Amino acid sequence: MAEEPKPVKAPAVMATAPWEGPVPDLLREHFGAAVLETSSYLEQPFAVLTLPAMVPALEMLQAEAGFDYLVDITAVDYPKRTPRFELVYILYSHGRNERIRLKAAVGLGEKPLSAVPVFLGANWLEREVYDMFGIEFSGHPDPRRILMPEEWTGFPLRKDYGIVEMDNRWVQANLGIESGQ
Amino acid sequence: MTALDNTLDNNEMVLNMGPQHPSTHGVLRIVLKLDGERVKSTDCIIGYLHRGVEKIAENRTYVQFAPYVDRMDYLAAVSNGLGYCLAVEKLMNAVATPRAQAVRVILTELNRIASHLLWLGTHALDLGAITPLFYTLREREAVLKIFENYCGARLTTHAFRIGGLQYELYEGFEKEVEAFCGQFLPKVDEYEELLSGNRIWRERLRGVGIIDAETCKRYGVTGPVLRAAGLAWDLRKSQPYSGYEQYEFDVPTRSSGDTLDRYFVRLDEMRQSVRIIQQAVANIPAGPIMAKIAKVVKPPVGEAYVSIEAPKGELGYYIVSDGTTHPYRLRVRPPSFVNLQALGHMSKGALVADVVAIIGTIDIVLGEVDR
Repeated sequence: MAEEPKPVKAPAVMATAPWEGPVPDLLREHFGAAVLETSSYLEQPFAVLTLPAMVPALEMLQAEAGFDYLVDITAVDYPKRTPRFELVYILYSHGRNERIRLKAAVGLGEKPLSAVPVFLGANWLEREVYDMFGIEFSGHPDPRRILMPEEWTGFPLRKDYGIVEMDNRWVQANLGIESGQ
Repeated sequence: MTALDNTLDNNEMVLNMGPQHPSTHGVLRIVLKLDGERVKSTDCIIGYLHRGVEKIAENRTYVQFAPYVDRMDYLAAVSNGLGYCLAVEKLMNAVATPRAQAVRVILTELNRIASHLLWLGTHALDLGAITPLFYTLREREAVLKIFENYCGARLTTHAFRIGGLQYELYEGFEKEVEAFCGQFLPKVDEYEELLSGNRIWRERLRGVGIIDAETCKRYGVTGPVLRAAGLAWDLRKSQPYSGYEQYEFDVPTRSSGDTLDRYFVRLDEMRQSVRIIQQAVANIPAGPIMAKIAKVVKPPVGEAYVSIEAPKGELGYYIVSDGTTHPYRLRVRPPSFVNLQALGHMSKGALVADVVAIIGTIDIVLGEVDR
C-alpha cells in the first residue's frame, strides 16, 4: 500500500466560501447588522443571525422567498463558548428547490422565541431541543419534555452529561431498581 | 394540540390508547379527548423506545456508529444506512463508486418495497382485512432473502459502508432480483384486486384523515402523505443522490389527501421502485465497490446536512465534525417523528375507529420516532 496518498492535514476551522445570491441579499436587506455571517460549506449555504432576528427571519423567508418547509430545528452544545449553544434551523423551499440553514448562538438560560406561529411543525422539534439541551422557547404552546419522562432531571445531549449518566432518583422511584447500569 | 387543557365538558371523556395497543404499531400512547365517538383532541406520548441514538453517536467513531442507524427505522434499515453513509461521505468530500451506487439504489428500492409491503399488510389487518398480510409477508420474504444472501442479515442489514459497499455481489444476485421484479408486479395487481376493488375497503378509507398540501408544509410532513395530498415532491427527483438521476421513474401523486389516496400512492410507489430496480440491475457498472477513502474515517472540521427519500419521508442527517474520528454532534431528522405530529390535525373530528386507520396510514415506526 505504498502508493496510497498521505491524507492532507485538514484545516482546524471550517473552510467556508461566501454565500452570494438573492436569499442572503434579502436577509441583509431586512436584518442588516443582525446578519452576522452568510457562508457556504460543501455547497450548503448557511447564515448566522443574532437570536432576536431568528423567528422574524423565518417569517420573512417564508413570505418573501418561498421557504415554506421547516425541515428541522436542532442545537449543538459548545460548553467552552459563550453563548454556549448554537441553534440550527434547516429550511427548504419547494419553489426554489433550495435548502438553507440559519444558525444563532443561545446562552445558558436565554429563551429564544418559539417558531410555532410561523411553522406548526416547530412544536415537537422545539420540545425536543428543550428536552435534550434545556433551551426553553418563549411563547411555546406546549412546553413539556417529549422523549424523556416528564419528571426527569438533566438534559442528556449536553456535553457535560455523561453517556452512562441518568436520573437515579427517577430510575429508583419508577423502575424499582437501584440503577439502570 | 393543547394537551395541558385538563378540563372536560359534561359530555366529554378521555380515552387512553396504548402504549400496549396493537394498532399503534409499537409503543405509542395517545390520549384521546372524546365527545361521544368523535375525537376532539389528541396528545401523543412518545419516548418509550428512546435509546439516545444521538448521544451514542457522539461516543462512537463514524464507522462504529453505522450499524446503530439500522435500529431506528428497522423496517427500512437499508435506507437509514444509505442516508448515514452519504452524509459522512459528503463531509469527507468522497463519492461512492458507480458500481456501489447502483447496488445501493437496488437494495434501497427493494427495501422501500419491503417497508411498503409490511405497511400494507398491517394497515389492512388493523382495518379487519386479514388476508393481505399473508400475501404481503410472502413477497417481503423474497426481498429479505435477497438481503440475507447479500449481507447475512434480514432486518438490521448494515449493508453499506462509508465510501461504498462491504461485500461484492454474490453469484446470481442479478438473476434473483430480476426474478423478484418479474413476479412482483402481478402481485401488486393482486393486492389491488383484493383491496381497491373491495367496496368495504374503499368506503372505510375514503374521506378519512384528510390533510391538504398546505397543511402538510406547515407541519413539515413529507413522503407518501405529502404526495397523496397532491404535491409531487420526492428527493430522488428534486435533489438526486446516489445516481437516481439516471433512472426513469414517475412520482405518483393523488389529490384528495385522504387515507385511500395514501394507500394508492404507496401501491404506485412499489411499481415505480420495480421500474428503478429493473433499470439498475440491467446495467450494474463494473469496477471497485469501495471508493479510495482513508482507512481511518476522520472528516475535516465542518458540518453538513444530507437527506434522502426514505420510505416514510425525508430522512436527514446533520453532522458536525470537529476533525476527530468521533462526530461532535449528529442529529437525525426522522420522518416518522415529524409526520406523526400531524396526527392531531388529521384525526380532529374523526371517529375513534378512524384514528386506528390514520395512525396506520401515516406509517410510523416507533424506533425512529423515539430514536
